[in-house]
Amino acid sequence: MAATAQLALEEIRRGLGWKKQLDKLFVILGLLIMIGCLGILAYLFLDLVRDGAPRFGWKFFTNFPSRKAENAGILSPAVGTSLIMVVTALVSLPIGVAAAIYLEEYAPKNWFTGIIEVNVTNLAGVPSIVYGLLALGLFVYQFGLGQSILTAGLTLALLILPIVIVATRESLRSVPKAIREAAYGLGATRWEVTKDHVLPYSTGGILTGLILGLSRAIGETAPIITIGALAFIAFLPPSPVTGQFPFLSFEWLHSEFTAMPIQMFNWVSRPDQAFQSNAAAAGAILLGMTLAMNAIAIVIRYRFRKKINW
Amino acid sequence: MSRSIALGSKGAMASLAYRKTRDRIVEFVLLLSGLVAVFTTAAIVFILLYESSGFFDHVTIREFLTDTTWTPLFADAHYGIMPLVAGTLTVTGVALAVAIPLGTIIAIYLSEFAPHQLRETVKPILELLGAVPTVVYGYFALLIVTPLLQKVIPDLPGFNMLSPGLVIGIMIVPYVASVGEDAMRAVPRYMREGSYAMGATRLQTALRVVVPGAFSGLAAAYILGISRAVGETMVVAIAAGMQPNLTFNPTEPAATITAFIVQVSLGDLPHGSIGYQSIFAAGLVLMLMTLVFNVIGFFLTRRFREAY
Repeated sequence: MAATAQLALEEIRRGLGWKKQLDKLFVILGLLIMIGCLGILAYLFLDLVRDGAPRFGWKFFTNFPSRKAENAGILSPAVGTSLIMVVTALVSLPIGVAAAIYLEEYAPKNWFTGIIEVNVTNLAGVPSIVYGLLALGLFVYQFGLGQSILTAGLTLALLILPIVIVATRESLRSVPKAIREAAYGLGATRWEVTKDHVLPYSTGGILTGLILGLSRAIGETAPIITIGALAFIAFLPPSPVTGQFPFLSFEWLHSEFTAMPIQMFNWVSRPDQAFQSNAAAAGAILLGMTLAMNAIAIVIRYRFRKKINW
Repeated sequence: MSRSIALGSKGAMASLAYRKTRDRIVEFVLLLSGLVAVFTTAAIVFILLYESSGFFDHVTIREFLTDTTWTPLFADAHYGIMPLVAGTLTVTGVALAVAIPLGTIIAIYLSEFAPHQLRETVKPILELLGAVPTVVYGYFALLIVTPLLQKVIPDLPGFNMLSPGLVIGIMIVPYVASVGEDAMRAVPRYMREGSYAMGATRLQTALRVVVPGAFSGLAAAYILGISRAVGETMVVAIAAGMQPNLTFNPTEPAATITAFIVQVSLGDLPHGSIGYQSIFAAGLVLMLMTLVFNVIGFFLTRRFREAY
């Protein structure tokens, strides 16, 4: 009797040992998969740098796109991307932050607010190319803005709006109620509470959201192709600063443009090997910028979180 | 005393009415900004319907759904959307075959096994995979993954759906992992403790208690992954070839709905032509597909929601 019980116990222990081994195996599997995924990212970046290495040089940054691979550079796409990002940031930041403040600080809980919230969530899931179609139908043809930097900037601003809104709301929400109550207690109006007390504490989170949004926008290709941007632009948009009064010009908003991801796409699609090394160089720069922006966002978030002690 | 306060803060006190009005105006401006989201959705629906209504004047819904070729730009034009839908579903299928297992395992690992410090470090880095510009992933699929695959499958064509599908799969792993992990961490601790008390190991607890408990959240994660894969454009446009092809065989070249839209946009189509309208019809189908998956997701989530 005791012997059989002993045997059964042995059996259970052996089974248990095996189950515990499975636990360890799973940990190894999980680690391997994660290292594999990160390895792919590292490999991708290093491969782009390696294949693009022969192109990195002063000329690559100061030349216009060209029919000859070795002469081709990224001057006009780099300028185009920078200007688009300026428009995108200037449009999406105020609208996104204002919408977030409304939803978080002002909106009553009713069906109307519900509709806005559902819309924000849904927009985050709309494929980016659909934004391109929207821009083509609405901005390019209905509003007559043409295939301009303004159209591209507005399109990408709409695209990253949900990102900015969600990030801003999160950081507004993390400001404790007590701060608001204290300000109300001193007779501040709702806007004064928001502007003078809640917003300053949320700056870090808002900046993080904006940078993450821009890092998404900078690599977006499909919507910009859809509005009809061209890859061969051998001129720069008119300068925003002029020699004559009032020294500022907004001509550039209506200029035709090209952008980094479009240029890269154009180079990738060519069968010629030489252009593919251009594509790799452009890709390395694009990926490098995206990764850098993400790193900055993480650092800002970390800094602000550490600095504020409620 | 009260007088001096009133005098001292004359600006503030006297302007209470002004401040209140200012508050009203600010609130209105903020509300308008919030409405931008609503306007955007409405504009998307309107533009897609409006521009594709011209398309459906030329093409019957029946032809659109039953014709097996899609050649809207040829002299002998055919308007059957199915080849594009088949391409989209095939690429999505391949992507999910990668992303669901890898994403779920990472989610389980991070939520149930990883130490806190490791989780907090790995998550943001993993999310970088989703931040890589898709045109860069396209380069990766065409010039690195396809040549590698050709060593395993010798007669794989240079353009195929397998390679972009795999790459998109890698791209959406962080979405699945991140949302999935959140869902699993929402499963209350006492359920795990109960399982441990019955003598279950960590893996048994994870697979038989936590995963079923978090199923609705996991379903949401998968749906998010599907939406990403269905709408992904550049990877397929670069690496799958842009030939509409009615097939579910991933080793063949084909076009997806999104790739077709890019292909047409690269050319110079006059506003109002049938080719121009066809991309809006394609966009409409894309939106409807995303919608269908989201509705399925909604019901799955509701059906399997566990209340704690």
